[in-house]
Amino acid sequence: MKTFRIGGVHPSENKLSADKPIQIMELPKQVVLPLSQHIGAPAVALVKKGDVVKVGTKIAEAGGFVSAAIHSSVSGKVSKIDTVIDASGYRKPAIFIDVEGDEWEESIDRTPDLVKECNLTPEEIVAKVKEAGIVGMGGACFPAHVKLAPPPGAKAECVIINGVECEPYLTADHRLMLEKTEEILVGVSILMKAVKVNKAYIGIENNKPDAIRKMQEKAVLYPGIEIVPLKVKYPQGGEKQLIDAVIGRQVPAPPAIPINVGAVVQNVGTAYAVYEAVQKNKPLFERVVTVTGKSLKNPSNFLTRMGTPMSMLIEAAGGLPEDTGKVIGGGPMMGKALSTIEVPIAKGSSGVLIMNEKEAARGEAQPCIRCAKCVSACPMGLEPFLLATASSLSDWDKVEKEGIMSCIECGSCQFTCPSHRPMLDFIRLGKGKVGAIIRARNAKK
Amino acid sequence: MSKSLIVSLSPHVHGGDSVQKNMYGVIIALVPALLVSFYMFGLGALVVTLTSVIACVFFEWAIAKFILKSKRTTILDGSAILTGLLLGFNLPSNMPLWIIIIGALVAIGVGKMTFGGLGCNPFNPALVGRVFLLISFPVQMTSWPVTGQHLSYLDAETAATPLALMKSAIHGDASALSQLPDTLDLFLGMNPGCVGEISAVALLLGLVYMLWKKIITWHIPVSIIVTVFVFAGIMHLVNPEVYASPFTHLFTGGLMLGAIFMATDYVTSPMTHKGMIIYGVAIGFLTVVIRLFGAYPEGMSFAILIMNAFTPLINTYCKPKRFGEVVKK
Repeated sequence: MKTFRIGGVHPSENKLSADKPIQIMELPKQVVLPLSQHIGAPAVALVKKGDVVKVGTKIAEAGGFVSAAIHSSVSGKVSKIDTVIDASGYRKPAIFIDVEGDEWEESIDRTPDLVKECNLTPEEIVAKVKEAGIVGMGGACFPAHVKLAPPPGAKAECVIINGVECEPYLTADHRLMLEKTEEILVGVSILMKAVKVNKAYIGIENNKPDAIRKMQEKAVLYPGIEIVPLKVKYPQGGEKQLIDAVIGRQVPAPPAIPINVGAVVQNVGTAYAVYEAVQKNKPLFERVVTVTGKSLKNPSNFLTRMGTPMSMLIEAAGGLPEDTGKVIGGGPMMGKALSTIEVPIAKGSSGVLIMNEKEAARGEAQPCIRCAKCVSACPMGLEPFLLATASSLSDWDKVEKEGIMSCIECGSCQFTCPSHRPMLDFIRLGKGKVGAIIRARNAKK
Repeated sequence: MSKSLIVSLSPHVHGGDSVQKNMYGVIIALVPALLVSFYMFGLGALVVTLTSVIACVFFEWAIAKFILKSKRTTILDGSAILTGLLLGFNLPSNMPLWIIIIGALVAIGVGKMTFGGLGCNPFNPALVGRVFLLISFPVQMTSWPVTGQHLSYLDAETAATPLALMKSAIHGDASALSQLPDTLDLFLGMNPGCVGEISAVALLLGLVYMLWKKIITWHIPVSIIVTVFVFAGIMHLVNPEVYASPFTHLFTGGLMLGAIFMATDYVTSPMTHKGMIIYGVAIGFLTVVIRLFGAYPEGMSFAILIMNAFTPLINTYCKPKRFGEVVKK
């Protein structure tokens, strides 16, 4: 069975909510929609206090090429435009909407019927994806239309769809593949048309045999789409690792990007969002969110409107347990610990993970014993112990030479370290510094 | 909300590996060899290993507390116990207590704590202790009790080791090689030697355990063993009258103990697989060179210490293969 070639680790999977069907989350009293739910320039608000909006009304437009539009997830009245602490931990401008009823824009097709036919041109598809405000749903939130418009000179050869969900605990993509199988496949066909290729691979780890089976059954109806079962290994959902696992090509070090090896990678959630946008005229205003944790009463998967407070989802899953130590936006390997549970669900919120105090505690750091387990674990072929030590000594020339900018921050090194050294903390610090140095150097040229 | 949440950077989970698990894992892997040594050398083996372990742990504790004045105690991490065990394994079973204690002081004091303790020492501490003793007390370090004397310690009857016989053969004693025990006896451990080094089969069991528990990888032990076998084998083919068979080389002296437990010490060995193979091949080569052409009958300790010195250099030049250096399969 295929997998990526360098490094990797095997965290306990803990997919507690894998057999919980997607439930529709009830509407909150108020939604908070940050203007920056994606990588790139923040969106620019189109509404002001007092404006009445419907579900699907565009309330902010893309603030540049790498940016994404934002649509209202509810019907009601804009109560204010203010700042809010979002899942990143930073205070960001956001649109607050008080919910009244549930009235949708008329252009949206609300029927459950599958629409297979798509007669749009590639340019029209990309324009629709852009208009719907779709971003990478795996968590990175890179605007989807940017990836569908290859830079001059680059040519796509295939579409690779990420159904790996290698983060422990998370099951949103898994459920989506089981419950929206054909929709995803139509979405993939549309993506293939958009980048003018006739081959697509959907990579799924073999800890989801039901999803692999179901997708394989339906995929025969869609020419050019191949389901690729993958051996379970973290971080297989990393874009570069996935490309290596599926087609055996390695994207060179930055600034190279996947298109340089002919691949366009999108998440299954993104493919589903593309289906809805193109076939149903439905912009991106809701997503599946896994709410999970060992101490939580009912780990669940919720179809949630953007802007719903996380606290509401936790409540619906049984309430915040007494022994909660950490609440994480995303999975345990790459998610962000939150300082408050009143943050809004955004386009990149794949999960909410509750950890009890015992799980949340970090082990005490001991001296590096040079066991080289981090070197074996690094999926990018770097030497994490060296990058961390050199970063802690502020030796920026050295860390740049040692390839720190290639680090994908997957955390495999720290996960595997017998001495519990906080390597990734230092590597992130170094990446930040070296990134700034490189930008300054390029600006001078 | 009344309670505050813990905020830290990802990853939020840990694989559960620890320094202790690795150290105690190696100690468990040494148990078969320990049992064989008790069976072969009886009381002497027990006294020597116990003294060595207790002395090493004591010195680590005393130096940390009274000289470095560090608040954290490191004696429970298992590394001092391991150094003590390995030092004891590298001594003859009739070694007087006071010499063992000096060896432990040099191993832990000079070999490890001087450099800052666990993780910072450039040379394998147990080998630093052993080589210090070998140079300082050559007579005591080269008198080897015969196996099977269960109740004797200092008064044990001694005999020449296979390695000494092999050296005499090289120096012109034509009958020396014929006095060697047969290969199966060497493999099982029925020959004079240091406490823990005699039984190749027990040490190989330890290797299997460490590979299974993923404590070490195969690269260092296998590259040493293969190199010694090939190099010694070529010499044997050239002149079997003078040079012993490669199997004899593999199963005598500290070769297995060194290849499996001493050269694989995390702290003093290279970080990449490529580096580990270079390091292993060099150790195997140097060992045979010393055994066949050097002044000492055994070269394992020296070979490992010499290559310990090269480890930083190997680390500088042997980088792991970065992602993206291979574009196509």
